Amino acid sequence: MPPRIRAALAFFGLLAVLLALPFLLSGWVLFLLTVAGAKALAVLGVVLLLRGKLLTFGHALYYAAGAYAAGMAVKYWDVHEMLVLLALGLLAGAMLSALLGLLIARYRAVYFALLNLAFSMVLYGILLKFYAVTGGTDGIGIAEPTLAGWRPGAASLRIVLYESTLVLVALLVYLAHRFSVSPAGYVLRAIRDNEVRVEYVGTSVWRIVYLTYVIAGALAGIAGALIGLSVGHITPDLAFWSQSGEFVFVAILGGTGSVLAPVVGSILFEFIRNYAFELSPYTWQMTLGIVLLVIIFFLPGGVWSLAQTAARRGAR
Amino acid sequence: MSALLETVGLTRFFGMVRAAENLNVRVDEGEMVGIIGSNGSGKTTFLNLATGYLKPERGRIVLAGRDITALLPRSITRMGVARSFQIPQLYLGLTVIENLLLSLAARCAGVGLWAPLHRTESHAEARRILAQFGLEPHAQRTVHELPEGARKLLDIAVAVALRPRLLLMDEPTAGVSTEDKFEVMDTLAAVLRGAEITTIFVEHDMDVVLRYSRRVLVFDQGLVIADGRPEAVLADAGVRRAVLGHV
Amino acid sequence: MRLLTVIALDGLTYASWLFLVSAGLTFTYGVLRVLNLAHGNLYALGAYLGATLVLRYAAGGSTVALGYGLLFLAAVVIGVVAGPLIERLFLRRVYARDEEVQLLLTFSISLILEDVVKLTWGVSPIFAETPYSFLGRVRLGGVNYAWYPFLLTAVALAVGGLLWLVVTRTRLGKVLQSVITDREVSLTLGIDVPRVYTWAFTAGAILAALGGAYTAPMFSLVPGVGADVLVTSFAVIAIGGLGSIGGAALGALVVGLARSAAVYLFPELDLFAIYLMMALVLLFRPQGLFGEVEVRRI
Repeated sequence: MPPRIRAALAFFGLLAVLLALPFLLSGWVLFLLTVAGAKALAVLGVVLLLRGKLLTFGHALYYAAGAYAAGMAVKYWDVHEMLVLLALGLLAGAMLSALLGLLIARYRAVYFALLNLAFSMVLYGILLKFYAVTGGTDGIGIAEPTLAGWRPGAASLRIVLYESTLVLVALLVYLAHRFSVSPAGYVLRAIRDNEVRVEYVGTSVWRIVYLTYVIAGALAGIAGALIGLSVGHITPDLAFWSQSGEFVFVAILGGTGSVLAPVVGSILFEFIRNYAFELSPYTWQMTLGIVLLVIIFFLPGGVWSLAQTAARRGAR
Repeated sequence: MSALLETVGLTRFFGMVRAAENLNVRVDEGEMVGIIGSNGSGKTTFLNLATGYLKPERGRIVLAGRDITALLPRSITRMGVARSFQIPQLYLGLTVIENLLLSLAARCAGVGLWAPLHRTESHAEARRILAQFGLEPHAQRTVHELPEGARKLLDIAVAVALRPRLLLMDEPTAGVSTEDKFEVMDTLAAVLRGAEITTIFVEHDMDVVLRYSRRVLVFDQGLVIADGRPEAVLADAGVRRAVLGHV
Repeated sequence: MRLLTVIALDGLTYASWLFLVSAGLTFTYGVLRVLNLAHGNLYALGAYLGATLVLRYAAGGSTVALGYGLLFLAAVVIGVVAGPLIERLFLRRVYARDEEVQLLLTFSISLILEDVVKLTWGVSPIFAETPYSFLGRVRLGGVNYAWYPFLLTAVALAVGGLLWLVVTRTRLGKVLQSVITDREVSLTLGIDVPRVYTWAFTAGAILAALGGAYTAPMFSLVPGVGADVLVTSFAVIAIGGLGSIGGAALGALVVGLARSAAVYLFPELDLFAIYLMMALVLLFRPQGLFGEVEVRRI
């Protein structure tokens, strides 16, 4: 059986299993998985940028933008249709990143990382300050969503959100995969190694960086809308630097070697956070810091590289 | 014979250092021109200027009748100029064939988003080019793992894959052992002749210049002090003093 | 006219704060080429320790004057303890790796220090205001001002002057310039570059903590102070050019006056004045006002 067919079968097989999960698992676990899936999309954006050696400490900017685009639609236009809200999130993320990318895509390393941070904190400030419009720290509630017109009851809502997230994540991960193996995806990796050569074969470095930036922004935007739907409530904290830091952490934790790594990392993170945070809220960030140090020094490829090594050993 | 590359009054200083002054060079289509000169004489600067990496303070650069002085390297590349470097500029983390495939992607449909980089058609052409350069056995290795000589060849292959009209090479045999130099240059010459690419190459090795170029330009402190057939130019005492330091 | 005076004076004091707070960050970047993301946390540590010392030993009566010295002491202690610890134990090991890795490293230090502050001082606000209130108020140009911000200006000028003196007039300064210009050559000249790095990082840490310590009497301290400082400092030094002390001073002045003008003339903009300035400057001069363009050699 050719490898591509095998990979496709494995993918759909896994998908089928995951789709069937709701009937086996508790509501709380489903909720964690849903949240993890949504955030994984934002992390995927971070990972794509990291492939081009672009580290951003402000990706929560687009995450919050997407969430609040959906939130505003709920608050001011009484929109409850999931598909519309998700599309709005995607658009918000894409448009904002398309605008800011014009300035930011010129930069690398330190400037890139911190310019994103600066703008994300500006959005945080705006969301906080203009409370008449945004609700300030109270945030905005997103309740009783409908899916293609049908309103799921309270009991089935969690399942519907889970399945929707699953389908969306599967689709977007696949698209991200197509991007990664396309010439554009390879140029991104080439930029990491040698920008000069990229220009000297006639390809525009800026164009690819900008494109990746907008894709990453769109992913975070839809993630934000999704999180708003899953949690049912959004606050300005979604734009805060610690949220961006969390995305970076999960990106490094999962690894950048595969488009699936963010999903794995995100699920790992949500579950660990759920239990560890209860144990000791004052040492959570310290724990993250220490784990990050460990990864930097001992496991630069993240958890995914562990899986790769294991698979390779298994194949022998 | 039409002029492919022409520089008119090309001038560039780095502070007090004269890297190029009033250079009027003309290279016609089909020529194979060698550039020699001692270190710091302006050879690499000339290549940097001609490909848009540096901007001249005065003067113009004309490619096939078009003024390219203000253009970016990637625009000039798209107009048919390709280049290899003194230190090979490659994507270290990617495989040999991937380095080449990216050149092909840039040349053909532009860099797309949907169809994968690794496709049957592009692979066929990439392998063909690699075979021409004797790099086929290395196709799946990452550049990181390649020996120096192979990297040099790959750097040139990446440029040739663009099917340029004009190829600029910066010291193609630098770092290659003396036994291998002629073999490398023979391979190169065959490829270039077959593809009808006009070539300008900077070289330190006089034997290589004698054997493979039909015309030699001698640079010295930013000026062209000789221009003619290799045997004549290299026999000139003034040239030998400037380039080799002795007569 | 009064409005102009107010804007100018407010701008000046805010600029002083900005410079004091950013100098360490740009200095560390200038020498080590590393942007220390834990800069805000060092600021916070300096503030918290300074506040604690003041509250304990200089809270009232005859001991108030001691407070100013205690603030300085707190900064030095934090810098001298945290600096070498971070640089030698952690940062040193990633100099050879990508800039992104270095950023991630200082980021993880930042995460750790965040909780160190919370564990040590809790989350309730701390306010050591005696050094501030002790200096009282003064009437300038018809407006009532507190004296303390002018002390801050004095400290900022002292810091700026000292840095300038050291870098341009002393032997240490020459060594620093050599290391900044070319690390490899400095090594061959016999300069103990690793030691210079440790000292430079420590100096940056002291400066960060100094900014925190002398700001502590002005506001109530809560664990989040560090983050805002980091972002603000970055904006200032991005405007001035990463690595340039003079740039930081100019950037601080520009932002200080801009924000001051915004507060009085366009209040909605005051939060964003600094980022607007940053975006504007970077749009037209990507390397900042005094920054250097990095040229790649091929």
